[in-house]
Amino acid sequence: MSAHAEHAAHEHAGHGHGPPIANQSSRIEPPVLGMFLFIASEAMLFGAFFTAYFFVRVVNPEAPSWPLEGFHLPVFVAGVNTVILVTSSFTMHWALQSIKRGNRTGLKAGLVLTFMMGLAFLVTQMLEYARIGFNPADGSFGTIFYGLTGLHGAHVFVGLTLLAVATVRAFRGHFTPEHHHGVELPGIYWHFVDVMWIVVYATIYLI
Amino acid sequence: MARNPFRSEADAYRFLLLTIGYFALIVAAASLNRWVGLAVFAILSALVLWRWLGTRSAEPPVRPAVPLRSDDAERHILVIANETVGGDELLAVLEQRSEGVREEVFVVVPALNSPVRHWASDEDGARAAAQRRLQTSLERLAAAGVDARGEVGDGDPLQAMEDALRTFGADEIVISTHPEGRSHWLERNVVGAARDRFDVPITHVVVDLEAEAS
Repeated sequence: MSAHAEHAAHEHAGHGHGPPIANQSSRIEPPVLGMFLFIASEAMLFGAFFTAYFFVRVVNPEAPSWPLEGFHLPVFVAGVNTVILVTSSFTMHWALQSIKRGNRTGLKAGLVLTFMMGLAFLVTQMLEYARIGFNPADGSFGTIFYGLTGLHGAHVFVGLTLLAVATVRAFRGHFTPEHHHGVELPGIYWHFVDVMWIVVYATIYLI
Repeated sequence: MARNPFRSEADAYRFLLLTIGYFALIVAAASLNRWVGLAVFAILSALVLWRWLGTRSAEPPVRPAVPLRSDDAERHILVIANETVGGDELLAVLEQRSEGVREEVFVVVPALNSPVRHWASDEDGARAAAQRRLQTSLERLAAAGVDARGEVGDGDPLQAMEDALRTFGADEIVISTHPEGRSHWLERNVVGAARDRFDVPITHVVVDLEAEAS
């Protein structure tokens, strides 16, 4: 006859030594869950910017004409940039699938390609800023345009930093088919950056 | 309740592809006419919501992650109960199941909480109360000669069962509830939902604590 509760929280509570151990659910690994929760908070941040954008657009007396007169958006260049970013998500996914199958060459190639395409996106966006013909101080449209695309650009920069770390680690042989969180988490983040760009491109440039 | 659709990079990638398709259709419709675009947006959003809410029924039954031992002399029973774990009916079932074999009983007591506290992540009180119930229950089981251990589980009894199955290779799940009319779990059809969700034999035991006390 032996009966004992395994839950360590009881022991902690009884002795008052720090908080109880975290309750871990079975559905998802904690690091992945952490990344998704972080992304959820990021999505809310973007949501605030989109709210401001749609507010400006709806209350504008010149609506439904959009963008406003005097503002010209480089739809084609941004479209090419969109293709580049979407393709980078494909290569990111390929990189992760490669390491899951034990293909380290595919992992390295996928990460390098993803990084290069992300960098190309960011450089193109900077060139777009230099030539677009208006600045953040040019009314509410200019402010929200630079706010949204700049916020996204900052996320691309963070994603590139994560990718750079993952790439260096990949070349040092840190990842195996069993252990590749260092690729999976940047991959999730990169897809989020891509999703947000599709929303930004569709709403600001196209619709 | 719908499940979280994001559990891996592959899920995020799938979501990206869906996003591309979603916005491509909306942009294409909006290029024809603003109101057509709005209609497509509404229809697609409703479809996505409907699909997401329907994901649970499409999922295959959950099996114990820990492989069962081939030893026929052992029987592993997962007991899920809140206040009724020390009831006579449950003890009788456990004794019956352990006849001629060595039983290992794992008790899970869900940390039941109010919806407001749940959404506020204020579950310390619920977990402490569940811990006390678990301790009392284990002592009663020990006194009855049942070899049991246990833990406090998720506030959702189905989630608590699934969590336990990840670490405990159960031959059977025993769900102990109050009688009909006094049981929130029966009202929510927890037993039926568990039978649909888990690929493990499930026994439902009704414990009438009021009748036992009188």
